[in-house]
Amino acid sequence: MSRTAGTLRRYVLQRLALVVPMVFILLTFVFLLVRVAPGDPVSAALGGRLPPEALAQRRAAAGYDRPLIVQYLEYLGNVLRGDLGRTISDNRAVSDVLVENGGATLTLAGAALVVALLAGIPLGLYSGRHRDSFGDVGVRLFGIVSYAAPVFFTGLILQLVFAVWLDLFPTSGQASPITQVRVDEITHILLLDALLAGNVDAVLDVVHHLVLPAITLGLLCVGVFLRLVRVNLIQSLQGDYVEAARARGIPERYVVRRHAFRNALVPVVTVMGLQTALLLSGAILTEATFNWPGLGSELVDYLNNRDYVAVQGIITVFAVVVVVVSLLIDIVNALIDPRVRY
Amino acid sequence: MTDEAVLRVRDLRVWYGTERGPVRAVDGVDLALVPGETLGVVGESGCGKSTLGRGLLGLLPEGAKAGGEVRFRGTDLFELSGRALRELRGPELGMIFQDPLTRLNPLWRVSEHFEELLRTHCPDISAEQIRHRSLATLRRMGIPPTRYRNYPHEFSGGMRQRIMIALGLVLNPAVLVADEPTTSLDVLVEAQIIRLLADLRRNFDTALLLITHNLGIVAEACDRVAVMYAGHVVETGDAREVFAAPAHPYTRELLRSTISLSTTGLHYIPGAPPDLVDPPPACRFHPRCPDAMQVCATRDPVTVSPRPGHRVACWLHGPAEQVGAGGDAPLVREEIDVADEA
Repeated sequence: MSRTAGTLRRYVLQRLALVVPMVFILLTFVFLLVRVAPGDPVSAALGGRLPPEALAQRRAAAGYDRPLIVQYLEYLGNVLRGDLGRTISDNRAVSDVLVENGGATLTLAGAALVVALLAGIPLGLYSGRHRDSFGDVGVRLFGIVSYAAPVFFTGLILQLVFAVWLDLFPTSGQASPITQVRVDEITHILLLDALLAGNVDAVLDVVHHLVLPAITLGLLCVGVFLRLVRVNLIQSLQGDYVEAARARGIPERYVVRRHAFRNALVPVVTVMGLQTALLLSGAILTEATFNWPGLGSELVDYLNNRDYVAVQGIITVFAVVVVVVSLLIDIVNALIDPRVRY
Repeated sequence: MTDEAVLRVRDLRVWYGTERGPVRAVDGVDLALVPGETLGVVGESGCGKSTLGRGLLGLLPEGAKAGGEVRFRGTDLFELSGRALRELRGPELGMIFQDPLTRLNPLWRVSEHFEELLRTHCPDISAEQIRHRSLATLRRMGIPPTRYRNYPHEFSGGMRQRIMIALGLVLNPAVLVADEPTTSLDVLVEAQIIRLLADLRRNFDTALLLITHNLGIVAEACDRVAVMYAGHVVETGDAREVFAAPAHPYTRELLRSTISLSTTGLHYIPGAPPDLVDPPPACRFHPRCPDAMQVCATRDPVTVSPRPGHRVACWLHGPAEQVGAGGDAPLVREEIDVADEA
């Protein structure tokens, strides 16, 4: 046991050490990406709206007249200190934007992941277990269609059917205005705040608003999970250790459940990590479709205003989130699968 | 034959459905196994050895069908319910496989494999008894108790095969089928495994069906041998007698193809094993047989017994009156050219 714990600890430390270069590379990419656009952020955001002298003054104040390498080092230093700068268009601290809107995105992405797993894994298991059956074909078709459909399209269809025609769910927003006024902001995650306040009506209201956006974004990932689980299960079911278990007289339902399912689900954890990026990009479109007050909506607004400081800040955070999630996933993987630790 | 046989196979046929038609992997096999004896099954790759071995446990791959009968202590396995058959696997019928590296569930400790097996077949067993019985069996196989809670990937191939054997033996089955148990192991480990299997039949009266393409193993470890060609058993008998005086031309050619230190130049049997979807008519071996006669290409050979306990299906030994006039004239056929062989 101690040996196992020792290798696990070593693995986690090694994996942590890898985070440093990964973050560094990502930050460099974000910086370059934003600067590839012609001109500097200030001229891009305010050009034509201010006289040239004022523009030059703003540019100097923001430090954009200095050499690129100096700006780059400064950007790195600022990010490490947690300072992401102030937005140009509405002069907010980017970190405030993150705190105020991040919660909504987190809620949406988390709920979408739950939807994707709750739908994708059982459907995939069913499909793999009953390969080439009528149900399997239907499930696979559903997987492809849901994955291929653009998020805003899925969102609009769901809004039309469930909000407009059936009037079951609200079309947009994170909660009704009353809820937003009544719940105190503690964590800036509305669902959590409502729970903390013990306000059942508010929680239900938030969940009610969450259903359609979460399904929209979740459907984006369902197809991936579903097909992955299906293929893995089919492979596991033909696996050598599965046949060996059958030869030992293990009842078929346990062979399927304990040997095939568990092994088929290991890669799902890995893919869950990779899906974070897809979830975040999908969140941007989902939020725009459902008028969801998250980072995605803010990002779209700032992009429209050509506010590159804000855009750079938000992308930086998205990138770091992806790195951190992949770190967590690797650790979880090591806990599940003993072979990973070596 | 006596009726003390623990396992008696009559006219066993196993075929796989393919697009071209059924593949008759096992085609009318008769066998008997008495307690404590080791029967070697030899033949080229693809002659149906492994399918036969699985068929003895009623363990058929997806899409396979079986006919004939496999009687274990008088009960036909194919007439048993799925549940009754499953309950025989493990306590009465055991199987070990060719590639030990992939036969253990990679996510499970060795101990968990034993716990699952013993709990399945002995529902009232205590945790202490499980541990005791598993460790005792493992010790017999030379696996120290300290490794009981290790994962499969922490063992070498030879150790994993010994663990598989221990899993096969912990319930003391009456019949053990070993499907090329040493093929993927090096020669030293091979000798070790063969010795373990030889001990086992001496000490526990287990009937062992040893499937192999290694004639040396048969000579060393088997009491009797069955030679398979294209889904048929062409010759059975006492291993020493068959090897000393092979009655079937295929057995003779197979023995001549064995490599030893005195080998000068490799001998091989021209041609390839026949297509089992559309096998040659009459004797399956006649296109490759150096002794083929006219009758071999027109009529199925009759199984005869040149010596007590020795059976062979070949017209060379066939009842002369059935060969018919001119039937014993050498078969004229086109030379097998290199292109056909490829």
